[in-house]
Amino acid sequence: MTNIAIFGAYSAIAEATARQLAAPDSRFFLVGRDRAKLDQVAADLKVRGAKEAHVFACDLAGTAGLRASFEALYGEFDTVDIALLAHGTLPDQALCEGDAEQTLAALQINGLSHIGLLTLLADRFELQGRGTLAVITSVAGDRGRKSNYVYGAAKRAVSTFLDGLRHRLADTDVRVIDIRPGFVDTPMTAAFDKGPLWAQPEKVGGDIVRAIEKGRPVVYTPWFWRYIMAIIRNVPAFVFHKTNL
Amino acid sequence: MAVNGLAENELAVNGRRYQSWGRIDFGPQTGVRFDHRLAPIPKPEPAKTVLPYGNGRSYGDSCLNTGGVLIDCGGLDRFISFDGDSGVLRCEAGVLLADILDVAVPRGWFLPVSPGTRLVTVGGAIANDVHGKNHHRAGTFGCHVRCFELLRSDGGRLLCSADENQEYFRATIGGLGLTGLVTWAEIQLAPIANAFVDQERIRFHDLAGFFRLSQESDAEFEYTVAWIDCLATGPSLGRGMFVRGNHAPAVEGDRAGEAAKSSGVKISVPFVPPLSLVNGLSLRAFNALYFRKQRGDRVSSQLHYRPFFYPLDAIANWNRLYGPKGFYQYQCVLPLARGEAGMGEMLQTIAAAGMGSFLAVLKVFGDRASPGMMSFPRSGVTLALDFPNNGGKVRGLLDRLDAITGEHGGAVYPAKDARMSPALFRQSFPAMDEFTQYIDPAFSSSFWRRIAGADKAVVSQDIC
Repeated sequence: MTNIAIFGAYSAIAEATARQLAAPDSRFFLVGRDRAKLDQVAADLKVRGAKEAHVFACDLAGTAGLRASFEALYGEFDTVDIALLAHGTLPDQALCEGDAEQTLAALQINGLSHIGLLTLLADRFELQGRGTLAVITSVAGDRGRKSNYVYGAAKRAVSTFLDGLRHRLADTDVRVIDIRPGFVDTPMTAAFDKGPLWAQPEKVGGDIVRAIEKGRPVVYTPWFWRYIMAIIRNVPAFVFHKTNL
Repeated sequence: MAVNGLAENELAVNGRRYQSWGRIDFGPQTGVRFDHRLAPIPKPEPAKTVLPYGNGRSYGDSCLNTGGVLIDCGGLDRFISFDGDSGVLRCEAGVLLADILDVAVPRGWFLPVSPGTRLVTVGGAIANDVHGKNHHRAGTFGCHVRCFELLRSDGGRLLCSADENQEYFRATIGGLGLTGLVTWAEIQLAPIANAFVDQERIRFHDLAGFFRLSQESDAEFEYTVAWIDCLATGPSLGRGMFVRGNHAPAVEGDRAGEAAKSSGVKISVPFVPPLSLVNGLSLRAFNALYFRKQRGDRVSSQLHYRPFFYPLDAIANWNRLYGPKGFYQYQCVLPLARGEAGMGEMLQTIAAAGMGSFLAVLKVFGDRASPGMMSFPRSGVTLALDFPNNGGKVRGLLDRLDAITGEHGGAVYPAKDARMSPALFRQSFPAMDEFTQYIDPAFSSSFWRRIAGADKAVVSQDIC
């Protein structure tokens, strides 16, 4: 039996990933804000072959929600084989600028809540000595850009936390996976004009499933973002600052 | 701040480009996403009309709404329930037939009716009341729809079935998305023993040969269809290949689960070539080779359902082969009594124009009636063709084909149409006036304005 916990379970990438993990031996625990949407995803996964799908509705933006969902998860499952953290928002960069409350709220839901959850999950995973902690971060964390550095900073914090966690758990069979998607065509990015660099959530979900199977520490999806970001990280500031990225 | 980035009203204009499968330019399209079936219906700007958009596999302008807004249902793709004992499946309207097959085939169920691509949504299959190679037995897709929910622009949610809101049930099946937004539907699947089809391919040498084969096959074969070499003339006019098949019976060591998951698309046309690769030369070569491809006149084989039903799905974006201007599809149905004469006239007209079709498909429809008021399939013989868009030349040919269709009391298929005349539509869809009263006042399409003369994508303020 494979026990799978997904936080932000009706985000497009999480849903696409879960569908590819749905199998007769898979049991899901789905966390998100909206109970009705969670129920819809649970029913869908069961038709697609999952053995069970449990739901828990809470707001992951607050510490209370983190703890409540963590406790509910371990009330349902004794062990968790895969935990996928997929919740978050795309903050409005312009609104954050000059507004400390907006900025901190964006850091909370896109970074601190992941770090809080991982803090709780890490001890349980260390105890069970195996399993996969997979976290969706973003290529936006690789270098701060004026168009979305609040989001980028939150994701970078999570990536650095994952680096440390991977170090801490290096002599166990716990895999810590940092998934960095590029542009993905989801409700979160509906307003953007889509070009050739854009990927569908199904493609990203497939990459996540493969990363989990292989235990890869850092995964760019689609693959070409590894090279795009290598260039972007290395562009000298005097050039970078002339761009509109 | 909303978790998962979903704005509360979910009305953000979606930045992807929308077109129909024929890739003919009908002007820029605006889309909004509709990802959750309990969400309120999007009303992006009060003065603009909306139209549900599934996977964009209609060929012409029936899935487009130039100047209005498309409600993109691609994210409305969740299953709701499936009863493996009875074969009753309930799912959201944006679920692809391909997804249904992935779930149903390993459990011994198949689509009751399937078009020639599995990459259409359930909503699209209902809105166009699609048909397949088993029309002579099973009728249309709509014959197997048990019920659905119709979301109207006034916020009302109508549960529609043969017993409840019957008028909306009948108007929505084949209703081209104009009666409201289908959020979910329940369909009755058909039992199979495994994923394979027993197929026979039989060469025939003229149109009479086709009608003979069709008549002798329809009683014993669930699936029948023929390919026609539409470049052949004279005594060979109407020669082609007849394909008939049945789901393979149960065998020992049942293969139901075998190769049941979609292996995914293998080949893709990666970009649009500057010119249509479908032209006189390639057509002549393809048609001649296809006719001679098998040695004997009759070849039997057993094959997986995918190559049998969906050979073109193996080439992603095959529509790009027609180049930047796209292509026209043409599908008509003629009453059986006029079938042989009418089809002969059509094939002669096409051959005389020197504009063969890459795939010309001929099939005899049965007389099982659909619940849909505006369904295209009806008792008779149907011909489907596609032509590169070379402007006036192809449009002239299609107008001549329309004239033949009209003369013989036939009809042209709206899902494939980009240019038929309002007069022909009205003549061949006599329920049009009855249908019109069930159209949602906030819904419209490029096709409908062209056909019914509703002249704007903007609705008048008083009915919103």
